[in-house]
Amino acid sequence: MAKAPAPRAAKKTTPARRKSASPSRADHNSIKPDAPQDYEPSKDELLEFYRQMLLIRRFEEKAGQLYGLGLIGGFCHLYIGQEAVAVGIQSALTPGKDSVITGYRDHGHMLAYGIDPNSIMAELTGRAAGISKGKGGSMHMFSVEHKFYGGHGIVGAQVSLGTGLGFAHKYNDDGGVCVAYFGDGASNQGQVYESFNMAELWKLPIIFVIENNQYAMGTSVNRSSAEDQLFRRGESFRIPGLQVNGMDVLAVRGATEEALKWVRGGNGPILLEMKTYRYRGHSMSDPAKYRSREEVQAMREKSDPIEGVKKYLEEAGVTADEIKSIDQNIRKIVNESADFAESAPEPEMSELYTDVLVEKY
Amino acid sequence: MAIEIKMPALSPTMEEGTLAKWLVKEGDEVKAGDLMAEIETDKATMEFEAVDEGVVGQILVAEGTENVKVGTVIATLAGEGGDAVAATPAPAPAEPAAEAPAPTPSPAPEKPAAAPVIAADPAVPEGTEFVKMTVREALRDAMAEEMRSDERVFVMGEEVAEYQGAYKVTQGLLQEFGDKRVIDTPITEHGFAGVGVGAAMGGLRPVIEFMTFNFAMQAIDQIINSAAKTNYMSGGQMRCPVVFRGPNGAASRVGAQHSQNYGPWYAAVPGLIVIAPYDAADAKGLLKAAIRCSDPVVFLENELVYGRTFEVPVLDDYVLPIGKARIMREGADVTLVSYSIGVGVALEAAETLAGEGIDAEVIDLRTLRPLDTATVLASLRKTNRIVVVEEGWPQCSIASEIAAVCMEQGFDDLDAPVLRVTNEDVPLPYAANLEKAALVDATRVVEAAKKVCYH
Repeated sequence: MAKAPAPRAAKKTTPARRKSASPSRADHNSIKPDAPQDYEPSKDELLEFYRQMLLIRRFEEKAGQLYGLGLIGGFCHLYIGQEAVAVGIQSALTPGKDSVITGYRDHGHMLAYGIDPNSIMAELTGRAAGISKGKGGSMHMFSVEHKFYGGHGIVGAQVSLGTGLGFAHKYNDDGGVCVAYFGDGASNQGQVYESFNMAELWKLPIIFVIENNQYAMGTSVNRSSAEDQLFRRGESFRIPGLQVNGMDVLAVRGATEEALKWVRGGNGPILLEMKTYRYRGHSMSDPAKYRSREEVQAMREKSDPIEGVKKYLEEAGVTADEIKSIDQNIRKIVNESADFAESAPEPEMSELYTDVLVEKY
Repeated sequence: MAIEIKMPALSPTMEEGTLAKWLVKEGDEVKAGDLMAEIETDKATMEFEAVDEGVVGQILVAEGTENVKVGTVIATLAGEGGDAVAATPAPAPAEPAAEAPAPTPSPAPEKPAAAPVIAADPAVPEGTEFVKMTVREALRDAMAEEMRSDERVFVMGEEVAEYQGAYKVTQGLLQEFGDKRVIDTPITEHGFAGVGVGAAMGGLRPVIEFMTFNFAMQAIDQIINSAAKTNYMSGGQMRCPVVFRGPNGAASRVGAQHSQNYGPWYAAVPGLIVIAPYDAADAKGLLKAAIRCSDPVVFLENELVYGRTFEVPVLDDYVLPIGKARIMREGADVTLVSYSIGVGVALEAAETLAGEGIDAEVIDLRTLRPLDTATVLASLRKTNRIVVVEEGWPQCSIASEIAAVCMEQGFDDLDAPVLRVTNEDVPLPYAANLEKAALVDATRVVEAAKKVCYH
């Protein structure tokens, strides 16, 4: 059985800089980040969170349909259910300064970054107008312009790569922070710990984000992880960790603010465990035998991140008509991206041979 | 009875060293473990301990003597009888460059680099001055020069900084460039290869040293899946200008896990540049080119070649083109194609063949990807016979690839089948005689060349 996501940013009880009378040997981090508070958004920010999360939800639903129609091939990993994580974190970053890298479940991150939905959908259908000219596909999308460094298909590889991006931020002294996302499955890869060690050793500006959606393909965290409280996974490297309700965009944003404060303060890396849930299968070819329909349904009904923001919007006095108009606008954007992706031409045959190498030899 | 104290071998590839300093004098009593002398090898200065107790008899090699062969008796130690003075006179105190036969089986017969007809390199203007330099120094100079001219270049790996390089290739870089740019890593090949690739994606120019390429197998996913493929997968958006470098191939008596040529592995991967130089000038000019290159480069060195000395042109900025083979020796009867340490073997074989009236041309491929097939095919048109010499396994080798290219594109020029002279198809054994038998050598190259010449 999967555990329910922790309610609202699990508060850490240890206040910063408190010295206990007899310090515990294990408690070797003398300074800790402050306990995060939920973010208090303006009405406009709240509307923007809603808009972005809904865009991801509808975009992914559409991608699922196109996959069913045979317009998208190969592997396709949908982000439905996890929207609050990417949106909450991205909203706290400084565009043009901070960098982001993730694994293969990357569409949502790119949309949260404001990357054109047409170029993402066209990449999914393998068209020349795709963001990787149709040569990358669902798992391999990049936008160097947005400092979005992929889009990586090998589980865990992006954690070392992200550590290298953090290294470059420090080397160039550009004030940027790298956010490296990975899943609960990747958190069992060896290179993750090699990277933790170097990141803390060299005090690199990096936020490691575990998107714990509770299943690595079909293997639940409890069946794969000796320490299933994944925010503790950095402890033996002296990397502090925070466990966050990844189904609540305000909790996510609040924790990210705290993490950024920690990292920009020169304290080195921090680990955020985002407890979240994916409603759809691991990929489009998921047999869904490893969890019950009831479990998924319960999560949708009780913890849906978009419904959560809707409640906040209502509290903030946003009318049903305003919300409806956003919904319609999003549907329009997504339908247009699907039409574009379906009608855009495939790459020229000459593209087969381009971009293998940068230089001529 | 006097115990003979011999010049010790302090590393698998050490053949000679400098007796830097005696820490004992004649007549001193020593116990096992006492320091006796400081020995300087091409890799490091090391202290050398007494292995038995006794009284130092004669010191036979004065301190400061260079080029003392491993196995040379350097002192005697009198046992309980105290008869050291009566010890047999030592075989002629080693003079510098004295060719005293080493009593221990000399690992890796290191032939003086045969320097016959070397075709002029077009990159070197006429009248250029040359200096003698080891491959190790040439590689270090290449990195230092590129680090001086480009702030984005940094060197990262195990023992590259404070230890001064496991094989001394990065010697002095920490002192000149500081610890921001010369970075010791934990023993974490997979992780730091990924860090290097990520840093390159982030706009830096990392030079990632693997202590040997055998350990890079831990990191091969980052080299191939992340470094080689990203430019293509991103539609040309995301560059990865990283250099992975380190010794490759068999060293000496280090057994199967530490003795492997990865040239054919990496050369099979589109998106990578693979360079495997032989001499010091190429090592320098090609490493500089590799660091400037916008594509990911696998730069394969060879431990046994690090200490060899070659002529290097004195030029402010000696950069060679990537992807161009070099004709090391011109000839008319048969073409010997090789790369890395195999070039030395081919040149040695060419000398022998010359004595038997066969005029061999020797081609150093220098770059394994992209492969300069044009130079090979042009030579084939001239000699009509090709033997490929490779310090590596035969199956799916660079030799196999050359044979296929000659068959596909040079079939009408062939007067004999292309022959491959490679290592034996076995994991490299440890025993000296078996190791020798497993590795490619000039005798086998000579036989193959005669065979294709129907000699």
